Amino acid sequence: MGPVNALGQAWAITKKDLVAELRGASTIVSMVLLGLLVVLVFNFGTDPGAKDVTLARSGVLWAAFLFAGVIAVGRSFATEKEAGCLDGLLLCPVDRAVIYLGKLVGNLILLFVTGLVILGFFTVLYNVGLGAGSAGLVLVMALASIGFSAIGTLFAAVGAGVRARDALLAVFIFPLLVPLIIAAAHVSTVLLAGQGLGGAGLWPWFLVVYDVIFLAISFMTFDFVVEE
Amino acid sequence: MPAETHRVVAAVEVKNLWKVYGHVEALKGVDLTVAEGSFLTIFGPNGAGKTTLMKVLATLARPTDGSALVGGHDVTKEAGAVRKRVGVISHNTYLYPQLTAMENLAFYGRMYGLKRARERSTQLLEQLGLATRMHDRVATFSRGMQQRLSVARALLHEPELLLLDEPYTGLDQHASRILAGVLEGLRDGQRTVVMTTHNLQEGLESCDRVAILARGRMVFEEAAAEVDHSGFQATYFACVERAWGR
Amino acid sequence: MDKGPARRDLMVTVLGAVTFFFMLVALLGALVWAPKEATMGDVQRIFYFHMPSAWIALGPGFTVVFALSIAYLATGRLKYDRVAAASAEIGVVFTTITLVTGPLWAKPAWGVYWTWEPRLTTTLVLWFIYVGYLLLRSVAGDGHRRARLAAVYGIVGWVDVPIVFFSIWWWRTIHPRVLTSSGFALDSRMTAVLMVSLAAFTLLYVFLLVLRVRIESMSATVQTLRFRARDRRGGGV
Repeated sequence: MGPVNALGQAWAITKKDLVAELRGASTIVSMVLLGLLVVLVFNFGTDPGAKDVTLARSGVLWAAFLFAGVIAVGRSFATEKEAGCLDGLLLCPVDRAVIYLGKLVGNLILLFVTGLVILGFFTVLYNVGLGAGSAGLVLVMALASIGFSAIGTLFAAVGAGVRARDALLAVFIFPLLVPLIIAAAHVSTVLLAGQGLGGAGLWPWFLVVYDVIFLAISFMTFDFVVEE
Repeated sequence: MPAETHRVVAAVEVKNLWKVYGHVEALKGVDLTVAEGSFLTIFGPNGAGKTTLMKVLATLARPTDGSALVGGHDVTKEAGAVRKRVGVISHNTYLYPQLTAMENLAFYGRMYGLKRARERSTQLLEQLGLATRMHDRVATFSRGMQQRLSVARALLHEPELLLLDEPYTGLDQHASRILAGVLEGLRDGQRTVVMTTHNLQEGLESCDRVAILARGRMVFEEAAAEVDHSGFQATYFACVERAWGR
Repeated sequence: MDKGPARRDLMVTVLGAVTFFFMLVALLGALVWAPKEATMGDVQRIFYFHMPSAWIALGPGFTVVFALSIAYLATGRLKYDRVAAASAEIGVVFTTITLVTGPLWAKPAWGVYWTWEPRLTTTLVLWFIYVGYLLLRSVAGDGHRRARLAAVYGIVGWVDVPIVFFSIWWWRTIHPRVLTSSGFALDSRMTAVLMVSLAAFTLLYVFLLVLRVRIESMSATVQTLRFRARDRRGGGV
């Protein structure tokens, strides 16, 4: 049972989640729609004439990402609970860390894809020219998705154990994600203003460090969350 | 059959098992030994602790006190080894409704690290009469068919110990008959089976040994041959009353 | 075991008396003895309660939760979980006090209720994390499962707090506001009162913690006894 096999098993879990999700299809659709709606609705609260994208606008982008994201991670364990599938998985001689990894990557992909769609919508609505900044934006979206997935997957498992609805899950997760949002909003503002990643200073690295720290902690504590 | 040069290891050995959930004492010092190859049925009313006992044996729940060994392996310390040897069938199907029967089995095959999962899955599906529906989504299956597929799932890795937790729940007469037939087929002496139920008729049919669990304690245990089938209902109620009346 | 409970009661009473004494001294010092601040006037006196509250909230309060969460996961002893829960409850109270006294002071002193100052903002986020911890406990049932889930949250939350502080501080250096953090100098009398107040609040925290843990222990014992009695009588659960 080497590491390659473990990765293979994790990937099998991810694939299973994504296939089940795509066939059911309700989650990703509602995620994307909610994200787009948040961008739309928030826009009415700000000055329509302003040409440059201020930090506040950037915040809207990430708020949309957060709300959409909570739905995603919440679902990742809700379906397991339905037919007792999480127990089914726990019955197998699979390392708990592998289960966590599989679920994490599944959430990550869903979040990242949704994030990109929201980002695209956002740049269109605000007439932002995508140039050199677009690669940077994709990178920020990826880093944010990783951090969100790390904490989100862990707490979705916590929430599944206590039958927490999405709102409760958000209450647990949002305060923990504050640094992630601050960092992501900063970098994206800089990029949307036309500067390259260099103009964002150390913030991208901050995101990386955040991701690493919470991935590590989540891996270490996942075991305790799923056992009975 | 290899010569018995080693000490015979019981399939299940439970000693003074306690499981406490907060303030609820689900299992209060349960002792149980199940010999290899035998079929034990555990009867008991709701809340007796049957499911909890199954969960501990399946490594889904950790004992609060006492010990439980499956095939000589401790459920806490050698959980991985236990999981490889145990198959569970319960009122939960553990099936993913959006995936097809074959996909479900292939997935679990991967999780158990089976080498020829596809072949084994096909074989089981044929045995259980589900071959024609193997590429259909489980959501389209009837409850009886789902239960049968669940049996396939449980047998995939050829477990030495089968735990059946109230498998007849929610099945109509027809499906129950089929399940009983399947379970009868499992009695080949090589596999150990422990079943829990509160259905007295179906429970008594296939087993070697009978036990009664009430309020977290094992209050009765006998060979099936020694038990008067027609009078068992009275015995059962007497045991349960006594457990509650004390 | 005979002398044990009596001695413990005595120690708790003594602790309570000492706490009371210190609080009294701190009150007198803050409201009477300490000099009136030059620019802000009497309003500044809130500081003697605001700062120690913040210290408890950001310091021992949640750190105890963190440490005991790890201790629980490592040893499985419910006692650690109980103390962690008590510390979180008390922590919420002190955090709330901080968040209320802060704006009360800020408005007359600087003209605005809220400044997005890093420490105050981190305290706000911390408030949400504490409350989240208590909320989780309330829906997680009881016993070991609740302890486990809460412990995980306690660990993740505590690690997050310094990161939150850092990110807000960094954010603010890029978007400086008009106001700075404390805005006044401390003379020796003020420092003295502050020290006494800090000590008083710390004692109060410990005292409340001890009391709360006792109540929780007793409550747990009663619950178990009640359950067992019902069990024996043969009634329903």
